[in-house]
This record gives sequence, structure tokens and C-alpha cells, in this order.
Amino acid sequence: MNRSSALALFSMTLLASACSNEANTNLASGPDPKLPAPERGLFPSMKIAEPTAWGDQKPTVPEGYSITAIATDLKIPRQMLVLPNGDILVAEGRGGSAAKLKPKDVIAGYIKAQGNTKVKGGNRLTLLRDADGDGQYELKTVFAENLNAPYGLAFANNKLYVANQDAVVTFDYQPGQTKAAAAPVTLTQLPAEINHHWTKAMTISPDGRYVYVGIGSNSNITERGMEAEVDRAMVWQIDVTTGAHKPYATGLRNPTALAMNPETGQLWSVVNERDELGPDLVPDYLTSVKEGGFYGWPYSYWGQNVDPRVMPPNPKKVAAAIKPDYGLGSHVAALGLHFSLPTMGAKFANGAFVGEHGSWNRDNPVGYKVIFVPFANGRPAGAAIDFATGFRDANGKTRGRPVGVTVDPRGALIIADDLANTVWRVAPNR
Amino acid sequence: MSTVTTASATYVRPPGVLHTILLAGSVSLFLGALLSDYTYYTTYQIQWSNFASWLNAGALLFAGLALVFALVNLLRARPMAGRPLNYFVLLLLTFVIGLVNAFQHAKDAWALMPTGLLLSVIVFILICITAVIGLNPRSGGLK
Repeated sequence: MNRSSALALFSMTLLASACSNEANTNLASGPDPKLPAPERGLFPSMKIAEPTAWGDQKPTVPEGYSITAIATDLKIPRQMLVLPNGDILVAEGRGGSAAKLKPKDVIAGYIKAQGNTKVKGGNRLTLLRDADGDGQYELKTVFAENLNAPYGLAFANNKLYVANQDAVVTFDYQPGQTKAAAAPVTLTQLPAEINHHWTKAMTISPDGRYVYVGIGSNSNITERGMEAEVDRAMVWQIDVTTGAHKPYATGLRNPTALAMNPETGQLWSVVNERDELGPDLVPDYLTSVKEGGFYGWPYSYWGQNVDPRVMPPNPKKVAAAIKPDYGLGSHVAALGLHFSLPTMGAKFANGAFVGEHGSWNRDNPVGYKVIFVPFANGRPAGAAIDFATGFRDANGKTRGRPVGVTVDPRGALIIADDLANTVWRVAPNR
Repeated sequence: MSTVTTASATYVRPPGVLHTILLAGSVSLFLGALLSDYTYYTTYQIQWSNFASWLNAGALLFAGLALVFALVNLLRARPMAGRPLNYFVLLLLTFVIGLVNAFQHAKDAWALMPTGLLLSVIVFILICITAVIGLNPRSGGLK
């Protein structure tokens, strides 16, 4: 079938499916999400919200908070890091080199690209500085460039750790520095073949001995073959002195952000789950990452729910699968995670902020916002609260898509928006 | 025999070279898709599923172009019945089921099984019958 006729057909079916009667609610959230039976018609649900500019609009934040754009015209900002002196580093880029294996890949890739920025990824780190502490970041300068789709960032031991899509690299860092003094040094190569899910999320242990790197699967659900999944869908623990690595936890389909709970020192991750099982499957989730734990992918989801698309099956692995801690809703595409601090205000003092990039595999789009999951005693406690919304306008067009979220210890949440190529800062009014 | 067919009211010339290549080519492409599907079904090796998808897509391209020729033949036939009509309807049916099969093959991994294999069998049988009727120069008259 040629591409244009296939596209025409696809758009017709998209129109048809857009008219179908689908529940608007997303039930698959909380510690015990409702899991409907899998469904997949002849056509997958695809709904791409057409991008539009923010203009003079801004995301909506809770009363008592205000939001400002502290950097614009970036080149696909993803994750951020607040340095000890308050400077913010922003990782910019877009990775992945997955070959199109089926006619479907050509068509779906074209459709999904309609919902993304047309800007080319920067492959760089940008430094933002607010020298006088007024919340305006007057300095915007390139800290390092010619990186390879940098994503995860961490700081310890007077070093910056940067997770490129193919390696963890380090820069020596002196307080106040605005530009890297030398080329990066490679600490460890990361699995980078195909890189269907290319983002390499990263965080560092409180003692600075290990970095943890999330390595996403090389497919939605093994459709590139099991051989492509060696060293994928797992979190690595890497010794920062030797570069030696070991799988820390496995079966995590796409761990897109990692963070340490400051209260307990426990590693947590947000994970994007599999698509094409219906609008309310499978919930993306927030979970503590247990050493040696297996979280189901590809054989099962949310514990022991077997995925029949994976052949041959593996009942032993299914039996061993750990149920995640907290469902975020299906297809929300959680890409950011950072734990809060009391400086964020009483209501948001203890919990996790989660940036949701937003769905494609669903007729009624979900996500496209930043939420707050309250915690107590190191565990999620209660329903999630919307923290920043309005990323889709009243006409259903998309103004922005949140990615990384980072808490500035001085009392602000920094949000990367990779559609508007903007960094937002939400702070309590003083 | 040729005098018999030329005497027929519904005589239509046998397909031209391009039409023949398109129609016969789709037979072998659909066969390739079927064999690839069968191999994926028995080995779980995903590459066979990729081959099946592209072979089926190629078969649809060939069959779709042949369908245009078949339609033109049908529109020129007097009366619009008999072989030209049967051929067009069968080729259309083959194309539609093949297209459904293309979307079935767009499902990830094992999700396309066993329906994808079943559809490939049906489509291959249909294209064989269609090609026999479409390419037979002697099946002219109303029978």
C-alpha cells in the first residue's frame, strides 16, 4: 500500500474513532487502579492534539502560587538540575534511531510527529542564572554542547553527571561556573542500539556513590524481537568511581524519571507502560524501585496480568512480578518526577511532583499537566492533586507538554515544556 | 476455439502486459506474506512478521493498480456482466480483505495472531481464483 493512500485511510478511521463513545474519566489511578479487559480494534486509537502557541497565556497553578517563563526559545528542554548555587541546568535534545520496521511505523511515526515541536534538539546543556534572587533568570548561556541527546542529570562529588542516550559522561564543576572547562569524560557506556525509548533518566544516591540510570525498552511490547531487549527495560546501578554497573531492577518498561525520596533515601521512578490495550490500559505508574525487583514487562502488567502479545510466555516471570505502588492513569506519559520540600508551601510540602507529557493512544487525551502526589511516611497517601494545568486550550489544541519537573530548594517548581521550548517556574507568592 | 470467443458478445481482450504483471505479481506477493506469517506462527521470530507486513503491502499496491485496469475493462465491456464483472468483484474483495489484513499486521508482536495468518490464507486463495479468471483468455462468453 502506498503511503498517501494509507494516510488517507488512517485519517478516515481516526475521524470514525473520534466519534466513538468513550468514557472521559481515567479510572486507572491511585494505589489500586481499576483494570478493564484489554481491547484493541482493527485500528489503534490515535488522537494528536494540534500544537498552538501560548501567546500571552500561561499554565494554571494553584491559588497562592504564580508562574513565569524563565527561559524560552530552547531546543527541546527535557530534564533539569538545580545546582548548589541556585543555577539551573537544562538538558536539551532528542534521541532515538529506531528503524521503521513495518508500514505501521512509517504511518504512526508521521502522525505522532504532528504533536511534537519542529525544533531540532539542542544536544546541549543550557545554564540559567538568577543572580539577585528575584525569580527572573537574567543569564541564559550554553554550559556544554555537542552532547548526544542528554537527558538525566545529577550532581555530586564536585562533578556533573550527564546521561546521554549512549553513555553517562561527567564534567568537573566548580561553584559559579557557567561553561564546562573541558570535554566530558565517559563514565560508562549505556545500551544504545535502536533506542526505541532513548531517554536515559538518572539520579544519584544520597551518599554520592552510585548513579541510577533508567533504560527504556526497545519496543512497545517486544515487536522488535526479544533479542533487542537485552539490557533494556531496567534500572542500572553504576559505581561512580569505577563505572561498573549492574541491573538494579528489571521489567520496568520505560523508567522515564528517577528520584530519591529525601525522607527515606528510597529510589522511586515513574514508568510509562505499554500501549494498544485500550484507552484505560495500562496505567503508567509511580513506584519505589526495589533492588532485584522485577516489575512485569514484557510478560505481564500491574502484577500478574498476562500480556498475550508476548510469545513464548514466561509464567515464572509473571509470578515474580511486583505490583507497582501508585497508578498515574493510562497513557498520561509521565516524564518528570521530583520530590517536594517544605519550602513549596504547606499543602505541597511532602510528596512527589509528576510531569505528564500527555497521551496519543486515546480518543480523549489525558495528561498534559503536572500533578502532585501527596506522601506520608515515605509512601503515597491520598489522591493526586493538579498542580499545573492548561497545557491544552479550550479548543483542544496543545500549547505545551510538560517533561521534567525539578524542585528548587529555595521554594519553586521548575517545569520543562518541550513543545513550547520553554522552562516555567512556579513559586508560592511571598 | 478463438473463433468461438470472438463470436461472443462479451469478448474482452486478455489483459495487457502491465496488467498481467500486476495481477500475477500480487499472487506471488500474497504467497510470500502467507509463508512469512506461517513461519512467524511456528517460530515466534518477529522478522518474519515484518516480512509478511511488507509483502502484503506490496501485494496490495500491485492488486490495487490491477484493480484500476479491471475497472476500466469492466466499464468497456458490453454488457457489463460475466467474466469482466466476476473478475473485478473478486479482485475488489481480495483487495479489501488484504487491506484489513494490513491493519491486522499493524498490531504489535503476537497480537496479530492467529487472525493475521487466517486472513493471509483467505486472501491467497482469493487471489489465485481471481488471477485464474482474470488471466484466462478463453473465458469470454456468457456461460
